Amino acid sequence: MTAAHEINLEQVKARQKVVRIVVKVLLYAFLGFMALIVIFPFYWMIISSLKSLEEYRQAVPTFIPTKGWHFSNYAKAFTDGNLGALFWHTAYVGIVSTIISLVITVLAAFAFARLEFKGKNLLFGALLATMMIPGELFTITNYITVTRFGWLNTYTVLIVPFLVSVFYIYLLRQNFMQIPNELYLAAKVDGTSDLKYLWKVMIPLALPSLISITILKMMGAWNSYIWPRLVANDEAHRMITNGLRNAFTESTGDVNFPVQMAAVAIVSFPLFLVFIFLRKYIMKGVSRSGIKG
Amino acid sequence: MEGSKHSWKAWLYLLPVIILTLVFTVWPIINTIRIAFLKDYSMIGAMGGKTYEFGFANFSKVVTYKRFTTCLKNTVLLCVLTVPISTMLALLIAVCLNAIKPLQRLLQTIFFLPYVTNSIAIGMVFAAMFNMIGKPSSPDSVGIINNFLGIFGVAPINWINVGSEYWANLTVMVIYIVWNALPFKILVLLGGLQGVNKQYYEAAKVDGTSRVRTFWRITVPMLSPMLAYVLITGFIGGFKEYSSVVGVFGENMGPAGQKGALNTMVGFIYDSLSQNNQGRASAAALILFGIILVVTMINLYVSKKKVHY
Repeated sequence: MTAAHEINLEQVKARQKVVRIVVKVLLYAFLGFMALIVIFPFYWMIISSLKSLEEYRQAVPTFIPTKGWHFSNYAKAFTDGNLGALFWHTAYVGIVSTIISLVITVLAAFAFARLEFKGKNLLFGALLATMMIPGELFTITNYITVTRFGWLNTYTVLIVPFLVSVFYIYLLRQNFMQIPNELYLAAKVDGTSDLKYLWKVMIPLALPSLISITILKMMGAWNSYIWPRLVANDEAHRMITNGLRNAFTESTGDVNFPVQMAAVAIVSFPLFLVFIFLRKYIMKGVSRSGIKG
Repeated sequence: MEGSKHSWKAWLYLLPVIILTLVFTVWPIINTIRIAFLKDYSMIGAMGGKTYEFGFANFSKVVTYKRFTTCLKNTVLLCVLTVPISTMLALLIAVCLNAIKPLQRLLQTIFFLPYVTNSIAIGMVFAAMFNMIGKPSSPDSVGIINNFLGIFGVAPINWINVGSEYWANLTVMVIYIVWNALPFKILVLLGGLQGVNKQYYEAAKVDGTSRVRTFWRITVPMLSPMLAYVLITGFIGGFKEYSSVVGVFGENMGPAGQKGALNTMVGFIYDSLSQNNQGRASAAALILFGIILVVTMINLYVSKKKVHY
C-alpha cells in the first residue's frame, strides 16, 4: 500500500515537472514570437533602406542586402526630402517651446504647490477639467484665432498655442508637494526669495520630472503632424513629419521605396537614441499620462 | 495669513498659464460651440462682415453626408476591433512576462519599443510591407507580408494598392494600430501585475487552484483598475484615430483611386476646416466629443460595477 502510494507520488511529481517545463517553453515561444512581430517592421525598414531599388523589387525577398549595401540611399533621402532644413525647423520649434514651457510650468506648479491664495483649488480643478476635452475641439477656433493674429506660416504659431500643458503642471505639482514644507519655511526665515528657493532647492529635487517633461515635449515637436500641416506647411517652416509624408509619396504608386525607407529611418533614429538612453524618464511620464505623443 | 499678503505673487506666477489657457483653451470651447450652431460659418465670411443663421443646420447637414457616415463607420469599426484585441494581447503578454525571470528585462524593452516611434513614419513602413510593387495584376514583388503568407499557401492579397478591397485595408489598419497600442498597455498592465500581492497566488497554489481559474479569479480582479484605465484611454484614443491612417495611406486617406475610403472622424473635421467651413467642422467635433463622452460614461459606469479597488 505505502509502496504504491510512493510510486504514485513520484509519478505526480514527475508529471508536475513536465507540465512546468512545457508551460515555460510555451511562455517563451509566445513571447519570442510576439517580440519578433514587434521588431520586424524596424528590421524591415533598415534592411530595405540599404537595398538597391532593383533588389527591393525582386519577387523573392532578401533578408540581408545581397547586391551591395546602398548607404547612398541615405544621402539621397537627405537631399531629396530636404531633411536638413526640416530637421532644423523641428529642432528650433522643439527647443524654444520646451524652454518657455518649462519656465511657465515650473512657476505655475510652484504656485499651486506652495503658495496660498483665494481660489487656488477652484483654478486647479478648472485646469484639470480642460484635460477631458479632445484637442480637436480647440483646433478649429485656434485656427481662426491664429489666422486673425496673422500668425500663419510663422514659428510663433507652432510654439505658442501649446505652451501650457495641464498634465505637466499636475506632474510637477505632485513632485513639488513631496518636498517638505519645513524647507520652504526655513528658507523664508533666512530671507531667501521664492525664486532663489525654487532654483536652489525645488528644481534640483524635481529634476527627473523636468527631464521627463523635456523629452516628451521634444518628442511632441518631432512627431507633430496635424497642427503644423494646418497652419505652417510652407517651405520655410515645414516640420519633419509633414515633410516626410509628403516628400516621398507619389500617387502613381511608383515610389522609390529604399530611399523612402532611408528617410523613415533618419526620422526614427533620434527617437531610438532617446529610447536607448532616456527610456526610464519616458516610462515615468507615460505610465501616468496615458496619452500618446 | 502669511500667504494671502503675497497672493499677488501667486497670480503673477500663474499669469502666463491663465492668459494662454483663456486664449487657446477656454475661448475655443465657447467659440466652437457657438459656431457649430451658425449655418455654414466660415472664418473668411465672418471677417467680411457676413452674418450666419442660428440653428441646428450644421448638425443635420453633417449627419446626412455620405462622407461623414463613412468616417463614422471607419472610426467605430477601428475602435471596436483594435481596443479589445490590443487589450487582450497586452494582457496576455504582460501575464507571460510576469511569469518569467531570465530575459524579462530584454523582452520588456523590446515590447516598449513601438511606443517611442513616429506614427507617420512607421505607418509608411507598414505600407511598404503590405505593398505590391508594379501592377496589382502582375506585380514584380508581392510584398513581404504576402511572401510570408505564401509559405502557408495563401495567394497574394491586394492589401492597400489600387483596387484593393475595404476589408483588406481595414485589416492593415487594425494590425498597425494594435501594434502601435501594445507598448503602453503592456507597460500599465505589467506595472499592475507586479503590484499584486504574491500571497494570493501562494494561497491559490496551496488550494490546488488551476492556472486558468487563478487567472480569472485573482489576476483579472486585481488588475481591474488598470484594465479599466487602459480600456477607457484606448477608446478615447480610438475615436481620435487619424495619423495612423495618414501614415499607411497618405493624405488620400484611402488606396489610390478611393480617396477617403478609410477616413476617420478627426479626418472629417480637418477636411471641413481646410474647406473653410468652420461651422461644419465644429458640429462634427461636437458630435465626436458627444460620442467620446457617452462611451467614457458607459466605461466608467461598467468599471464602477466591476472594478475592485
